[in-house]
Amino acid sequence: MHNFELVKPTSIEDAVAALKEEEAQPYSGGQTLLPTMKARLAAPTKLVSLLGIDELRYVRIEGDQVHVGGATTHATVARETKEAYPGLASLAARIGDPAVRNRGTIGGSLANNDPSACYPAAALGSGATIKTDRREIAADDFFEGMFMTALEEGEIVTGVTFPIPQAARYEKFIQPASRFPLTAVFVAKYDAGVRVAVTGASELGVFRWTEAEEALSKTFSADAVKDLKVDDADMISDLHGSGAYRAHLTKVMTARAVTALS
Amino acid sequence: MNDIKMKVNGREVTGSVEGRTLLVEFLRNDLRLTGTHVGCDTSQCGACLVHVDGEVVKACSMFAAEADGREVTTIEGMANADGSLNTIQQAFQDHHGLQCGFCTPGMVMAATTLLRDNPKPSETDIREYLDGNICRCTGYHNIVKAIMAASGQEVDRAALAAE
Repeated sequence: MHNFELVKPTSIEDAVAALKEEEAQPYSGGQTLLPTMKARLAAPTKLVSLLGIDELRYVRIEGDQVHVGGATTHATVARETKEAYPGLASLAARIGDPAVRNRGTIGGSLANNDPSACYPAAALGSGATIKTDRREIAADDFFEGMFMTALEEGEIVTGVTFPIPQAARYEKFIQPASRFPLTAVFVAKYDAGVRVAVTGASELGVFRWTEAEEALSKTFSADAVKDLKVDDADMISDLHGSGAYRAHLTKVMTARAVTALS
Repeated sequence: MNDIKMKVNGREVTGSVEGRTLLVEFLRNDLRLTGTHVGCDTSQCGACLVHVDGEVVKACSMFAAEADGREVTTIEGMANADGSLNTIQQAFQDHHGLQCGFCTPGMVMAATTLLRDNPKPSETDIREYLDGNICRCTGYHNIVKAIMAASGQEVDRAALAAE
């Protein structure tokens, strides 16, 4: 790994100031970035650690919303949202393995927007709002394709607000070697309708399966998605599965989630 | 360089490390605590698990400077005060939960936090918790048995074999 300077600010303000330097990179749990640096696929000259910023670490349940600080670990989310938003807690409890969950953070996962990450599905499937040091971004506008987000240079995720649904379920079909989803679907049932977000499947990253949302908003049953067709044109095709296979999994995982919630 | 200070196995230690120095490198190379193993160096095998402030983390996936001011426990800190094996370590020996032993430090560190959070885990709980710990010798059966035994539960050999 190339060497770098590690700075550990204790406030959002100081972190943003430190990130103004060229080649400075925000660093949270490091469960993706650190291995990436080992492989020399990233070589920042300065890492700005966000884990020492207390105001970025919280889970607050307020009314029908869950607020999570950007540097909150998966383990904390899994533990502290269990009662208020069990669908989210269950997703967080199944990311990676216990050691990864003690380091990895929600802000890091969303900002990285790995096409196979779990959290983007929860954020998009819940219609969450992503808060940064300078603005609020709706999840629908945040994810802009594989490893791409609406975040500007040096902008950090300070928090995420999830509206709590009536019920939600995350169904994940794992790629057993990496334990990332080969395809996973987050289904959330709100008063206003059903949202379905799919991760692991598309070259364009996490996406909403709107046909299924419409069908499920009318009739919430696995049968409602049975005859729908998932377009495989943009699906990831690799040695683990073809695009057609992932398209098929999208439907199967959606049906499983709906069945579990029915 | 970063000047760091932390408690390792109850002892105050200090050091001076580069930004890129991994926690596992600091433990093994600077402190000579070589019980924490580096199996894959790609965050996948779990041989390097240690506890930081009581929680299990991969020492190969954390910078030493991030452990500044924290409490770290390694496998060297797990034995009883008189040097005898603790309950979990003894159970690994009794149930042949290791063969080459390379993954064992990580397995013991993971088993410790598992049993703290879930004192009577099911076999499924154990297997799920060990998701990030790879063993290439035992086929995991005896590791699961050892952790079941360490939790004070009956070890049902027939049920384990059937899984």
